[in-house]
Amino acid sequence: MPPAGTHPADAHHSRVALRVNGSDHVLDVDHRVTLLDALRERLDLTGSKKGCDHGQCGACTVLVDGRRVNSCLLLAVAQDGAEVTTVEGLADDDGSLHPLQEAFLEHDAFQCGYCTPGQLCSALGVLREAAAGHPSHVTEPAAAASTGPVVLTAEEVRERLSGNLCRCGAYNGIVDAVADVCARPAPPKSATASTAPRPDVIV
Amino acid sequence: MKPFAYVRAGSLREAAAAYAQRPGSRYLGGGTNLVDLMKHGVETPGTLIDLTRLPLHEVEEQPAGGVSVGALVPNSDLAAHPLVRSRYPALSQALLAGASGQLRNVATTGGNLLQRTRCPYFQDVSKPCNKREPGTGCGAREGVHRDHAVLGHSEQCIATHPSDMAVALAALDAEIELYGGEEGTRRVAATEFHRLPGEEPERDTVIRPGEIITAVVLPPVPAGAVSLYRKARDRASYAFALASVAAVLELDAGRVRHVALAFGGLAHRPWRATIAEERLLGAEPSEAVVREAVGAELDRARPLRDNAFKVALAHRLACDVLGTLIRSAGGQPPLPRTP
Repeated sequence: MPPAGTHPADAHHSRVALRVNGSDHVLDVDHRVTLLDALRERLDLTGSKKGCDHGQCGACTVLVDGRRVNSCLLLAVAQDGAEVTTVEGLADDDGSLHPLQEAFLEHDAFQCGYCTPGQLCSALGVLREAAAGHPSHVTEPAAAASTGPVVLTAEEVRERLSGNLCRCGAYNGIVDAVADVCARPAPPKSATASTAPRPDVIV
Repeated sequence: MKPFAYVRAGSLREAAAAYAQRPGSRYLGGGTNLVDLMKHGVETPGTLIDLTRLPLHEVEEQPAGGVSVGALVPNSDLAAHPLVRSRYPALSQALLAGASGQLRNVATTGGNLLQRTRCPYFQDVSKPCNKREPGTGCGAREGVHRDHAVLGHSEQCIATHPSDMAVALAALDAEIELYGGEEGTRRVAATEFHRLPGEEPERDTVIRPGEIITAVVLPPVPAGAVSLYRKARDRASYAFALASVAAVLELDAGRVRHVALAFGGLAHRPWRATIAEERLLGAEPSEAVVREAVGAELDRARPLRDNAFKVALAHRLACDVLGTLIRSAGGQPPLPRTP
């Protein structure tokens, strides 16, 4: 097999390796294919949604190498070697839901649900960013000067999730759900399933 | 999107060589703006040269006290970096005022400087735009231009530069480091990096074809200086600036020893308010002095039919920011908050 990032026959295609929800994949992609389309159309992971397709709504949010990103603006070819977590990777293998998913259910944090996968992945990124001490636009100056974990008030959750639009307006439930998980003593569990790699080659 | 070739550069030299072989290529960093423009058909490169594996990911303290920021440092990491938060709070605030968490995790320092205007006529290939297609005219001048420039615009173009980060860099006297292959490396002041539209609105910056931004270099801040970035926009978060202000201030015995003031959202580039700075330097900054100095700068504004509000907005914003900095630098008497 030629190395990822090259294709023997065509200047407009390349081979790319992705590890998605703990499972390895090798894909030949047209360079125009976004990570979102690769996930949905090639790997059949349709949890990540195509909303605006221009990075403005957040419905396509996934985690790449642990950080939340808009998968509609990433070219799959440029993500060679990346580790991707989609909403399908949040629950454990035994089916038990991630605390964020439980909290979304408890707080009825959705109406039509189309934006929910992106909201969940984004919220997981928010928890990690706050734990790593990343400030936000609304972080109080005293807290912004320290490098310790940031307490996620409702105002912080609203600001940090402002890249995820919900046209139904389920924001109150979403804020409550995320704030609820933040307030829990145990840290959120890892998003990456701890299963052995399941190599799949789709060419 | 048009089909394109993709090259992953392993070194700066390799990237520059790839460009030399395929002029008209585009360099890919985070791609948050470039890929979007390719979807719109505004950008149609034959080749993307991916720079993201180059070793330009570090924020490093300089021997003289400044900080060098690698061009591939994501906006979120730069905003959160302890050196930036402690020494250049205006830069951290500017970054956090821009885009969304998802975009900041991907958008890079170099790419932020090279992002294009969000003028709707530029982004819509069915509309005339001198920036996108020189000679076709400007749809915005007599069209929808509430968000557009009030300073430094030309007959050809009234677009604004969208970056918040660049406004802070202008006030902080940062320099942009550029790699030009066999031409070597050069540095350009952040205040000179972006250009006014004039007769060539298609050229956003002074960057030469094939040049690569390698770093942003922040000089040491004057001892005792304080800095602040504030942004006014149509919604509380995730929107471009109608007007924004970055300011750096140092007082000495109640007089202004150092001041830098830059506006965002008003012009084709971050607008360094040199007239206001000249009036403030050495002065005892009373409320009247600050109002007059900022007013003298904004007297240069030439608002269009629908955006004169930006001049008044920028005036209030700048007076408020300078007032806050004067108070935090221990200046007397404190300025009242403007309404």
